[in-house]
Amino acid sequence: MSALQIKKGSSKHSAYNLRPTFSDVQETHTITVLVENEPGVLARVIGLFSGRGYNIDSLTVAEVDHEGHLSRITIVTTGTPQVIEQIKAQLGRIVSVRDVHDLTAEGSSVERELALLKVASTGDKRVEALRLADIFRAQVVDSTLESFVFQLTGTPDKIDAFAELMRPLGLVQVARTGVAALARGKA
Amino acid sequence: MTRQMTGAKMVVQALKDQGVDTVFGYPGGAVLPIYDEIFQQNDIRHILVRHEQAAIHAAEGYARSTGKPGVALVTSGPGATNAVTGLTDALLDSIPIVVLSGQVPTFMIGSDAFQEADTVGITRPCTKHNWLVKETDKLSGILHQAFHVATSGRPGPVLVDIPKDVQFATGDYTPKPQAPIGHYQPQVKGDIETITQLVEAIERAEKPVFYTGGGVINSGPGASHLLRELVEATGFPITSTLMGLGAYPASGKAWLGMLGMHGLYEANLAMHGCDLMINIGARFDDRITGRLDAFSPRSKKAHIDIDPSSINKVIKADMPIVGDVGHVLEDVLKIWKARGRKVNREAIAKWWQQIEEWKKVKCLTYKQSETVIKPQYALERLEALTKGRDRYITTEVGQHQMWAAQYLGFEDPNRWMTSGGLGTMGYGFPASVGVQVAHPEALVINVAGEASWLMNMQEMGTAVQFNLPVKQFILNNERLGMVRQWQQLLHGERYSQSWSEALPDFVKLAEAFGAKGIICKDPKDLDDAIMEMLDHDGPVIFDCLVEKHENCFPMIPSGEPHNKMLLGDAQATNAIAGKGAVLV
Repeated sequence: MSALQIKKGSSKHSAYNLRPTFSDVQETHTITVLVENEPGVLARVIGLFSGRGYNIDSLTVAEVDHEGHLSRITIVTTGTPQVIEQIKAQLGRIVSVRDVHDLTAEGSSVERELALLKVASTGDKRVEALRLADIFRAQVVDSTLESFVFQLTGTPDKIDAFAELMRPLGLVQVARTGVAALARGKA
Repeated sequence: MTRQMTGAKMVVQALKDQGVDTVFGYPGGAVLPIYDEIFQQNDIRHILVRHEQAAIHAAEGYARSTGKPGVALVTSGPGATNAVTGLTDALLDSIPIVVLSGQVPTFMIGSDAFQEADTVGITRPCTKHNWLVKETDKLSGILHQAFHVATSGRPGPVLVDIPKDVQFATGDYTPKPQAPIGHYQPQVKGDIETITQLVEAIERAEKPVFYTGGGVINSGPGASHLLRELVEATGFPITSTLMGLGAYPASGKAWLGMLGMHGLYEANLAMHGCDLMINIGARFDDRITGRLDAFSPRSKKAHIDIDPSSINKVIKADMPIVGDVGHVLEDVLKIWKARGRKVNREAIAKWWQQIEEWKKVKCLTYKQSETVIKPQYALERLEALTKGRDRYITTEVGQHQMWAAQYLGFEDPNRWMTSGGLGTMGYGFPASVGVQVAHPEALVINVAGEASWLMNMQEMGTAVQFNLPVKQFILNNERLGMVRQWQQLLHGERYSQSWSEALPDFVKLAEAFGAKGIICKDPKDLDDAIMEMLDHDGPVIFDCLVEKHENCFPMIPSGEPHNKMLLGDAQATNAIAGKGAVLV
């Protein structure tokens, strides 16, 4: 935020307290947005992020209430606390947005992502890939004599870790859905 | 009860139901059915502009001067893309306008048809909301919703894109009361706990200042009335942004003048030195704050805004209040009165003594000339000769705009129309057309620079056709004055492309359009010439030849705080340096 890039505490060189108005620490938040499922609504949300220079780490969207014409968009984003607050406020003013929740800030939540990973290898590597898949509880959803497609569900960290392990074992392609998330508890 | 009618008829019916009396527009292939319906009725007046951008600015002028939404009608493709600048202008200044655009028939969308453009895609980031209507049955409901969205919460522009087959087809008309408004219902009442904190701060404050903006005007005349009551009752000084001028009268005794980059010395120093800043309907724009980390360093800040995203966007608010200005001010007054109308009179008197010291600087002083008309002098005379009249002022963008804000006094809201956020050259003339249409008997003056004015000069045709007696008061310095000023301050006086070469003879230009032209270059003739302009019943182009290299002061150079103002030319050489140079 501070245009002058002056470190905290160096204010003795100035007549003013040059403490930045807002913190510079980058935080990652999962934001869930309930929107009216109408044409262009995703473009409105994405356009907001690109137009105002916010980050999208991951984004998922699908209709969740067919009769009510509602879709849920789950966005994982990174920014300073002030930017995260702005993102929520800006999302909230989109006319077709019904509801915005910051799952990271509002108590505990569950986050899941699904990934498909294609691993092509033979011999020991193929055996090792299958053994590791078992440890990670990945399922084999397609197989040839020289390849597997694994399906894995879990947190993004878990999928990262599995993909990292598969890399030397012949990982050729990955497809990930992005994070879907909900707050824990009744409401 | 629903009625069957064509989509085109629905458009006209919905406008009538919404109380619309005027539409600014330009016909084309994709809106012909709507124009056919307009032809067959007399309730809604259509003002034919000469360019779609002007239709939007005229609708803005109409909206700002009446408080009602402005309506514009344009065709598909180039009609819609020409509207984009006006839509963006209205978005940044929170002006309620409803733009209806024609579109190629639904079955041709996506085929690169003649005059096809992805209008909802193009205008998505420059409208508050937009709709592409694919079924005639939904058209009237969407039109009513469009008016609701444009005028509720923080006002703004909306666009409804209507394919030609939807205009021809017949469907059910939904009257206004049955229309699905949707879930868009912004909060208008502020949080009482925070309002109470603000009242406590008002009671204790030693150096308070009201910093008001366009939100007060958007909230309606009631909000201006409450603001005046609060200011008079507390005795606190008040300053305003460019957009908020008129909410508190310029003749009021607590008035400090406009603040910001070209604001008054006393207003900016009051902002810098205050201990309580009460922001009412303003948004801490970069023209206001200057250097952020040195912005009003010792004050507690209350921020009243209907848009939650304005709060904590650039300046952290100690007392954030989300709500409509009128509603919040009502609660502030109620609570403050109930608690005994307390203020720290002694400290406030001392604060005023300090402010009087700053006023003695007389920051608007300029060097008068016997031979050349100084732009400031021209505006002082315009003010003196029009004061007390039923007057509306619009402006273009640049030095003349800042001088108009400094030297003209506004006693009431909705009397001052200017492009604040977007800074759209070419705004003022069509806006003056829109204002004059809304107020046929009033005196409407567009204070312009010659370069800005030329950007939408084709609207002379509109002014003459509809006999709109708009006065085009052009401060002609044959320069892009503000650009030239910045080149002087920042680029070693290398005046790259900032000359207005090959200017037209404005008197002949006026005559060519069938209007009156007046030229004035001698300060001694100025009063008579202005009176001649005012007395003429019809549009006038007033070519006021002014000092060519006059600079607009006071000025906070980019990257500097409020207390580092430049007051005159002596301080101005290479005034913008270092990190400030990258700022605009």
